[in-house]
Amino acid sequence: MSAPIELPKWADVSLVPVLAVIVAFLVAGLVVLGIGESPVRASILLVQGALGSGEGIGYTLYYATNFIFTGLAVAVAFHAGLFNIGGEGQATMGGLGAALICLKLDFLPWWIVLPLAIMGAMAFGAVWAFIPGWLQVKRGSHVVITTIMFNFLAATLVVYLLVNVIGKPGSMSPETRVFEASAHLPYLHEALAAFGITIPQSPLNLSFVIALVASFLVWLLIWHTKLGYAIRTVGHSPSAATYAGISIGKITMITMAISGALAGLLAVNEILGVQGRLLLEFSSGYGFIGIAVALMGRAHPLGIILAAILFGMLYQGGTELSFEMPRVTRDMIVAISGLVILFAGALDGLIRRPMAGAFARLLKSEG
Amino acid sequence: MLTVGKAVNGLALSQGFCFRSLFANHKGLLMRILSLGLLLAGAMTVAAHAETVKPAIVYDLGGKFDKSFNEGVFRGAEQFQKSSGVEFRDFEIQNDAQREQALRRFAKDGFSPILAVGFSQASAVEKVAKEFPKTKFTIIDMVVDAPNVQSVVFKEQEGSFLVGLLAAKASKSGKVGFVGGMDIPLIRRFACGYVQGAKFANPKAEVLQNMTGTTGAAWNDPVKGAELTKSQIDRGVDVVYHAAGGTGVGVLRAAADAGKLGIGVDSNQNGMHPGKVLTSMLKRVDNATIASFQAAKDGTWKAGISVLGLKENGVGWALDDNNKALITADMKSAVDAAAADISSGKIVVHDYMSDSKCPE
Repeated sequence: MSAPIELPKWADVSLVPVLAVIVAFLVAGLVVLGIGESPVRASILLVQGALGSGEGIGYTLYYATNFIFTGLAVAVAFHAGLFNIGGEGQATMGGLGAALICLKLDFLPWWIVLPLAIMGAMAFGAVWAFIPGWLQVKRGSHVVITTIMFNFLAATLVVYLLVNVIGKPGSMSPETRVFEASAHLPYLHEALAAFGITIPQSPLNLSFVIALVASFLVWLLIWHTKLGYAIRTVGHSPSAATYAGISIGKITMITMAISGALAGLLAVNEILGVQGRLLLEFSSGYGFIGIAVALMGRAHPLGIILAAILFGMLYQGGTELSFEMPRVTRDMIVAISGLVILFAGALDGLIRRPMAGAFARLLKSEG
Repeated sequence: MLTVGKAVNGLALSQGFCFRSLFANHKGLLMRILSLGLLLAGAMTVAAHAETVKPAIVYDLGGKFDKSFNEGVFRGAEQFQKSSGVEFRDFEIQNDAQREQALRRFAKDGFSPILAVGFSQASAVEKVAKEFPKTKFTIIDMVVDAPNVQSVVFKEQEGSFLVGLLAAKASKSGKVGFVGGMDIPLIRRFACGYVQGAKFANPKAEVLQNMTGTTGAAWNDPVKGAELTKSQIDRGVDVVYHAAGGTGVGVLRAAADAGKLGIGVDSNQNGMHPGKVLTSMLKRVDNATIASFQAAKDGTWKAGISVLGLKENGVGWALDDNNKALITADMKSAVDAAAADISSGKIVVHDYMSDSKCPE
């Protein structure tokens, strides 16, 4: 094997992911060709569906909101060398936290309920990630194992509570009652209508703004605070961190809690923004996609926002695609997303290595 | 990069929300219903009701080919398409947000009636039906109160009562078992009807109950289904009823392997292990689908609730060549009598979901 590959930074953050997406689309195009549809038309439909209408853009950004939250959650943990794959469970618990507050307090005005519910979501998500962090520090059980196990625990707990304790009596599906209007985070079309601006109806809500703020705060935290420095040090070199007097255990637990709180925010979009009630499996895989988003975005908030929008486009464009081309089923869309994940994450070196070679030759011929 | 693979696996798992069980074709009955429908349709084309039907279906998360509930609707729609020549469109959702999106999209494109499969669609149907008051909506397994929504629900407790009665009659040990899928009120309704039927036949009958799990994966875990069944058999059970979707495949196999009897659900599963499946509790979503589309075509589609119980042929129990030898004349007369009494209202089967309780 060759020495570690050095790429110019701009190429690393822009060219590699873009090429990965292009390669993924080419391979996906072959799949589309295989079922007898035109890949060109499919691509056009996909992009049009995602960005061609106000409603489409709304849905794209609504999905992107989820991916930003889970992507940030994974990224923060990455920086400390931790692999938090429990975004699903932390989001589920976040939903529980938000729902408990809404169910108890939604008779109060919105400016009390909503901040409390958002904090509830963050707190429950944080606790659900803190425990695996604590277990790793005190008991040596690896977070990759414990966080994924905690996904199941969260699902089990929420089902139990919905079926036996907080569920709506006599309801067919295990879900809570619908919260009062005061506990509803306004849709963007509602919020803008207040200022006389009309935009098409979509599930896009103010959580998107929260997601952008969260991205900024994560950037601030990781690169401009003492804690962020400690997190990065632990991630780069634990021995150096110990030598510098940074407690690895403490940083591990704090990082996991922050990561969990970010994942918990997914519930703000889904539960407070869209559903208005707690229901099962609202996290529907966003927690896992967050890993791919963080990988693609190089664990940088700006990259994560872009990667999240890309996945949002895949989700929304994919939906429109299967409307327009009934032969492209739901599973094909999953396959296409899977290819993007594969090329952007797992087969990263496939693109990086030849590119690095090309750059090296280029530099040599110039110098 | 093992974890990425895991992530994708997890994704697949979270989407594997599979509901109940396989639907077989009941050709004879269907053909009769269909030919009747055709006659009606023929008569109607002359009438002023030259309604253009553009039926569409929005499936639940389990997807079109879940070997179960959704697939039953799909098969029904296919039958309708074959007999009437009316094309239908369908859509498989990927997450909760797409329910509304899909319904709205179909409504915008002028589809009607739009059939929403599964109770999880209720709030989406309620919202979209308000936005498109001229579009007809049909929802299966849930009640939505709106002037342009038809709600089709089933009395699963009545069908379960009958198979419970048969189970207790067939049992030599006096112990019968129930394996549910995911622990939700709907499945407890199946269990509760079953217990009542068993106690009706034999007041001393003991019913052992297990739920497979608490997540969507519980609908698709045949290994665990088989384990639960074996453990029940070890405790003396000799007839096991499942309401567990794909998990039930394991239940029926384990019962057959141990030389005991299983009971199928939703569709006629008697043929899965001939002679080892006592009977199956039938839930006819295929009929409901055909009826709704046909009515829309004929101009007789009506909003409101239709509750399909024994009386309406919405539920029932399966008797065919595979289980003929297992059902004695005594059992047959007892179950027929009970069915008649339930239809006439003489026996009222308690519905778990009316008060979240099951009488002991």
